[in-house]
Amino acid sequence: MKILVCISHVPDTTSKINFKNSDTQFDTNGVQFVINPNDEFGLTRAMWFKEKQGAAVHVINVGGPETEPTLRKALAIGADEAIRINTAPVDGFFVAKQLAKVVAEGGYDLVIAGRESIDYNGGMVPGMLAALTGANFVNNCISLEVDGNNAKAVREIDGGRETLSTTLPLVIGGQKGLVEESDLRIPNMRGIMMARQKPLKVVEPDGATPATQINAFEKPAPKGAVKMIDPENVEELVNLLHNEAKVI
Amino acid sequence: MSVLVYTESEQGKFKKIALEAVSYAKGVADMLGTTVTAVSINGGDSTELGNYGASKVLQVTNDKLAQFNAKAYADAITQAAQKENAKVVIISSSANAKFLAPLLAVQLNAAYAPNVVALPESTTPFVVKSNVFTNKAFAKAELKSEIKLIGLSKNAYGLRENAVSAATESFSPSLSDADFSVKVESVDKVTGKVTIADAEIVVSGGRGLKGPENWGLIEELAGVLGAATACSKPVSDMGWRPHSEHVGQTGKPVASNLYIAIGISGAIQHLAGINASKVKVVINNDAEAPFFKAADYGIVGDAFEVVPKLIEKLKEFKANNA
Repeated sequence: MKILVCISHVPDTTSKINFKNSDTQFDTNGVQFVINPNDEFGLTRAMWFKEKQGAAVHVINVGGPETEPTLRKALAIGADEAIRINTAPVDGFFVAKQLAKVVAEGGYDLVIAGRESIDYNGGMVPGMLAALTGANFVNNCISLEVDGNNAKAVREIDGGRETLSTTLPLVIGGQKGLVEESDLRIPNMRGIMMARQKPLKVVEPDGATPATQINAFEKPAPKGAVKMIDPENVEELVNLLHNEAKVI
Repeated sequence: MSVLVYTESEQGKFKKIALEAVSYAKGVADMLGTTVTAVSINGGDSTELGNYGASKVLQVTNDKLAQFNAKAYADAITQAAQKENAKVVIISSSANAKFLAPLLAVQLNAAYAPNVVALPESTTPFVVKSNVFTNKAFAKAELKSEIKLIGLSKNAYGLRENAVSAATESFSPSLSDADFSVKVESVDKVTGKVTIADAEIVVSGGRGLKGPENWGLIEELAGVLGAATACSKPVSDMGWRPHSEHVGQTGKPVASNLYIAIGISGAIQHLAGINASKVKVVINNDAEAPFFKAADYGIVGDAFEVVPKLIEKLKEFKANNA
């Protein structure tokens, strides 16, 4: 089985979000970048397939040279090869188009992506990639098993879970549950050393046109001060929620 | 040329997010000088959609679509959009809507804007405002293709009544076997419990509750309020509560009217995930907990003393306002 894991290079979850150039660009100054958490659960599941079922695991990112440390980290965790498509990831459709070309040419059986990236929260790349390559698609995937050409996936739904059966080629939008938080791997020294030797291929982009364009960013309006209530007088809270906030 | 809106239902009843999507579609249609057509799959009473501005309802009735299937549903909505020659298609931000949206966008060759929070700023060019960076910012994006697909954030636009008479038309999209290449084998769903996705009120507990054995308090408070229960990330990581209750940046998003956080300090990742909620109440024994800065109402106190009192006062309130 040949697996491609899509890796988004995103600001760490604790990052303060600021913009520059008259609020038209994300300000990366002082921001620590990491593997998108939803992708990391998928990468860890891919490692399981590699170790138990002998799969080959490649990782891919669409982005400039600044994203290579993130790909190297994925290699240090255990991926065999990395691919970087050398262009800015302008929008989800554009990224899916770039990935679709690599998937078609590389003959991947399974593509594991995160259900969404924690920066732009688009949640569209996995599904668009499936539609563009004619693969089956399962989103919000919290469990995946593959046996030959058949796959069994569990999807989180509102208030429960749904068990699905399908066939390869398959794209999943994964999330926590695919593996547990405690299963995530921190690269060790050996992994980091080996990652330096592993291939990281740089591919030039396909001439796709983005469907959307962000013209400006805006930060939420500052919030009013919190109203503190005496713990001996919780009735006051009930009154405020009813009369002032009007939510009960 | 009408604006098409996909209206989700459950057990033959339209969901609130569907009515919100229709309200929004009506707003967009007014800007464009056109009308709203809703497409409903094994849905409810179409007059309800008329109350919020749908003047036409395409009703799909098909046993094969009894269970949600992203590909088949996307195919049905695509055919409805083509039949109506719709240039703008509106869906919600439910998990199912987000599942089918990218498939729909590719089939329609549409630019897709998810997590949209307001009516378009302009329609030429077509610019919409969306939540990005998990509620830490907004982006204004221009949708450049002929057809636009908009995923509306929950609780952002609200319900707006706008009664028109809805003409119902039955619609039978042609579906192929390929639409069902992902099959539902079984569904395991809690019934009779409010889900985080649908809830108007969410009661959430953190490490401050000291252990899973104390969750009766959270459940009782949720019960009185008709609320869903949720938890912080450490609580789900330690296995006190199931992952499905984890809310925050890597868990479920919350966009309820009221969010009550008990014993949660308010890490930046947690705040990001619940920030779309309208009113936030924080109960914590640590006056320095960062969550108080993001709250509307706060109580510094021991949850095991404050929450039982709150339950009692809410019961009195409910009895007097029944």
